[in-house]
Amino acid sequence: METMSEIEQSKELQYLKAKREQSFLRKLLRNRFAALGLVIIFILIITAIFAPWIATHSPNAMDVSKSLLSPGQQGHLLGTDSYGRDTFSRIVYGSRISLIVGVSAVLFGAIFGSLLGLISGYVGGRTDSIIMRMVDGMMAFPFILLAIVLMTVLGQGLVNVVIAIGVSNIPGFARVFRGQVLSVKEAEYIEVTRSLGAKHGRILFKHIVPNSIAPLIVYATMSIAGAIISEASLSFLGLGIEPPTASWGSMLQEGKDFLVLSPQLATVSGLAILFTVLGINLFGDGLRDALDPKMKV
Amino acid sequence: MKKFLIKRILQLIPTLFVVAVIVFFITRMLPGDPAAVMLGPQASAEDVAAYSERLGLNDPLYQQFFDYLVNLLRFDFGNSLNYNQPVADLIMERFPNTIILAVSALTLAILIGVPAGILAAKKQNTFIDYIVTTLSLVGVSMPIFWLGVMLVLLFSVNLGWLPSTGMGSINDGLWPFFRHLILPSLALATIPMAEFARVIRSSMLETLSNDYIKAARSKGLKETIVIYKHALKNALTPLLTVMGLQFSKLLGGAVLTETIFSWPGMGLLIVNAIDRRDFVVVQGSVIFVAIIYVVINLIVDILYKVVNPKINLDDQHGGGS
Repeated sequence: METMSEIEQSKELQYLKAKREQSFLRKLLRNRFAALGLVIIFILIITAIFAPWIATHSPNAMDVSKSLLSPGQQGHLLGTDSYGRDTFSRIVYGSRISLIVGVSAVLFGAIFGSLLGLISGYVGGRTDSIIMRMVDGMMAFPFILLAIVLMTVLGQGLVNVVIAIGVSNIPGFARVFRGQVLSVKEAEYIEVTRSLGAKHGRILFKHIVPNSIAPLIVYATMSIAGAIISEASLSFLGLGIEPPTASWGSMLQEGKDFLVLSPQLATVSGLAILFTVLGINLFGDGLRDALDPKMKV
Repeated sequence: MKKFLIKRILQLIPTLFVVAVIVFFITRMLPGDPAAVMLGPQASAEDVAAYSERLGLNDPLYQQFFDYLVNLLRFDFGNSLNYNQPVADLIMERFPNTIILAVSALTLAILIGVPAGILAAKKQNTFIDYIVTTLSLVGVSMPIFWLGVMLVLLFSVNLGWLPSTGMGSINDGLWPFFRHLILPSLALATIPMAEFARVIRSSMLETLSNDYIKAARSKGLKETIVIYKHALKNALTPLLTVMGLQFSKLLGGAVLTETIFSWPGMGLLIVNAIDRRDFVVVQGSVIFVAIIYVVINLIVDILYKVVNPKINLDDQHGGGS
């Protein structure tokens, strides 16, 4: 049975934890840039979820008699593309692709990368050397080049885009998580836990992982922005999402060929990418400052 | 220092080996029979078989890998069927163009980004600081392929001032050469420029809050001397790392910019080779880019160590993010 002092102690710990979380949230939201980033992310999520209700037309409905209409003509808010598809509706639906690829590719990279980083940092020795040389090898490719080469092998499609960008994200996560594990591993309380006879599993998942997670969250947030740009880049090069699915990158690629007749096509799709990435970066910066301003991510 | 150098150079060997393995297996995983894809649909079965034999594709995989490694060590990247010339020659033709673009973008980024960052730090929390901070945030979030397209729309389509594609020959005079270089350099310089401004601003602010700076100020030293002689000197170390990483990215990652502006560099070579399924060129040029990337990162590490001998770089080897 717990004694009174133990109960009081646990209450105090809970109070301290709640207070720390409150101060983190307050710090995050007091940062005007971070709040703006959060608003942009919120708009993106709402647009992606409620796309069928927000879009004014079906994103893939073609009508060649209405091709390349200017903004506002015949009920098309942002005009139409060369196939007569409504640009506004395609932008709205395009948010789904960006969000799905951004989040899934980063999750993919984070899960596999962190696992590698965790094993490498915790086990150390030869295992660490082998894993890190593999990571170095993968990091020797410029990010976009690795994604391009992988897409060539995998072929176009949503799942393949997620895999290609996800794999390209693995080395970064492995590097960040390993560094974090190495620094936490040497902390005194880990030594104490170990000397008290704690098993590896408990040390890893009860102590090392929770205490290494903060920089990982910041890194993951920033990586989502990078993944969204990568998807757009791949689609822009014709290697990403398969047509006719609306993706901001492929819309931009199409718009590039109609710069004189319909400059809005390329302009709005690029602006959608820019605002989304800016929002995520603003939020990521704020998150880093609120968690730990000295964090090197 | 000598020990550090030897250790870092030795570390390159396994890294480059992993690079070679990755490229070999990725190109072997390309869909379809490479020989048939490269020769095109009109090629006869005999031609495909003969070409497969010539490429060594009928040998066992370990034999192919061994031959490939030996050829790599001799800098023999094979022959391109599309271009009808050795891949090494193609690389030597295109790589200088990529260097021209990368150096010009890096120069532009330094000339604008560094003074902007210093100015923002000097005028912290003023209108100028907010402008620089906001612009640099927009800059790092910029999809450069979109910026490239917008630059073409404004300066080539609407104003007609600058050419939208291609590379000018220096033999036609300096101006035609520079006219072609301006737009791609500007597009490519945006992200590093913003990155430099952010790094120099934050490291200057950190340095300016140090006690020795306060002491220098209290001694009555002029603000310009405090800023440029003391603060900037210390703020340059992190800048050097970012510069090196950005330069290696520019050399290897100019794929999109080169594609938009049809700049005949390594990026365009790779994209066109992928388009034509010319896997010999893809294999050779990707490996070459990776080697350059790794070597530049090594040079950055060494320079970093020279500037800052106390820094322990054991955990920081390898490429950038």
